[in-house]
Amino acid sequence: MDITQIQNRLNSLSGWQAKYREIMMLGKKLPALPEALKTPDALVQGCESNVWLHLDLDENQERLVLIADSDTRIVKGLLAIILATYNNLLPHEAKEVDAYELFEEMGLIKHLSPSRGNGVKAIIERIKAQVNAFQ
Amino acid sequence: MIEQLRKDFPLLHTQVDEQTLCYFDSAATTQKPQSVIDAVNKFYQQENANVHRGAHTLSAAATTQYEAVRTKLADFLNVAAKEVVWTKGATDSLNLIAYGLSDKLNKEDIILISPLEHHANIVPWQQAAHRTGARIETLPISPQGILDLEASKQLIKTLQPKILSVCHASNALGNIHDVASLIDIASRCGTITVVDGAQSFLHLRPDLTALGCDFFVFSAHKALGPTGVGGLFGRYELLNDMPVYQTGGEMIERVSFSGTTFRDAPGKFEPGTPNISGVIGFGAALDYLNAIDDSALAHYEQCLYRYLVDALSDIGGVKIWGDIKQNIGVVSFTYKDEHHFDIATFLNTYGVAVRSGHHCTQPLMEHLSLSGTVRVSLAFYNSYQDIDTFIDALKDTIDMLEE
Repeated sequence: MDITQIQNRLNSLSGWQAKYREIMMLGKKLPALPEALKTPDALVQGCESNVWLHLDLDENQERLVLIADSDTRIVKGLLAIILATYNNLLPHEAKEVDAYELFEEMGLIKHLSPSRGNGVKAIIERIKAQVNAFQ
Repeated sequence: MIEQLRKDFPLLHTQVDEQTLCYFDSAATTQKPQSVIDAVNKFYQQENANVHRGAHTLSAAATTQYEAVRTKLADFLNVAAKEVVWTKGATDSLNLIAYGLSDKLNKEDIILISPLEHHANIVPWQQAAHRTGARIETLPISPQGILDLEASKQLIKTLQPKILSVCHASNALGNIHDVASLIDIASRCGTITVVDGAQSFLHLRPDLTALGCDFFVFSAHKALGPTGVGGLFGRYELLNDMPVYQTGGEMIERVSFSGTTFRDAPGKFEPGTPNISGVIGFGAALDYLNAIDDSALAHYEQCLYRYLVDALSDIGGVKIWGDIKQNIGVVSFTYKDEHHFDIATFLNTYGVAVRSGHHCTQPLMEHLSLSGTVRVSLAFYNSYQDIDTFIDALKDTIDMLEE
């Protein structure tokens, strides 16, 4: 699913249980990160759960490639949304993306307000910092 | 009785995210009865003035009210009013005590704590140890997280620590500690005893004279009062002997550029304008508690706790940590390998408010080989219906996680 499909799907669901269930399902579809890639430097600081994130450019050194994992199902689902947002973008396109706005549009921001619990803020900040470093 | 008491807590009747709130996070902070909210409002609307100065009527009235709460609290704890110091809360109190006792420590000395302590009863002692060269030792606990009382008594005798600081009840697991018997042994060894009463204040209403401790700390907001205020009890000779912690106005006797003299305790530990409205609000909380039959309340809390433990134990895969025999009404559990954050997040969608994580007890979690637990903490204003709602929500959550 691309980000638009995810958005449409989440918007069509009413009630928090259904939304979280869907988020968790998105997480299940995200491939697990091999243990070898769960390195300390990939660990996103500021999350209460463990979040590992790798961000790089593809083999043509053009587009963003992100892989990530978490030990909690819901955060992994949120990672799936974040990855669908940023993957395959050109760095300058990624700079224009406002991931918060996206979460807001999906009606998630009320529950996912910047907190250490879900770490959304820390994850997005980390991506932004790394994208900026590419230019 | 409980139905009547529940009506006193406005927040229990509000909707959170279109769900009726089931509040199970009282170990973090309790909800407040209307009388406490009213007392704080009334102070600002009708009585606001600074204390301990000014000849005007409002200031005199505020001072009288503020000091009356000190006496009320002293009566509640069965100590003298001059032995009660107002602070920002239990954490602030522990910092004050750890700093104040540092003068008595040297590199030969031992500070004995338990592995069940909240970070607030670990880190200030670590800092004191850094400053003085003293070392920290811990009491023995079981793999399940229960203090080994007999071995602990033995260890106190063997180590002869300078300071023993333990929680009366564990915030993470709810275990009640027989601190009186530890204090009994420790006092005979000349050990200064400190009790972290943050969790026991409400549920156990300790009589400090009977307990025999040298120091006791608590937070008002964990006992129906406002946030940002709490206090400590200190046996007067020890208390007054401690050096000042923070300095400024209010706490001085006389200031001049050639030198400053300080008031006696408790005044010397209360610099600056105190949290007057918080103290007055806490006074209303003490009135509220004094007006209810505490043995009936304790009995009800224990019945609720049993009901909760039984219902949870019936769910396969749930593991309850800690002591379920002696407990203030806190259930810390895990479900298989599921992450506590996922469980708590799903429960929240049913209006069930629980705490998840390490509960500021990382050394304990490490001992239990856990990254965290889901913590359900009860207070007398919880109902059996709340627990049924929680259990149903948990079963749905588990179904969803295992889908």
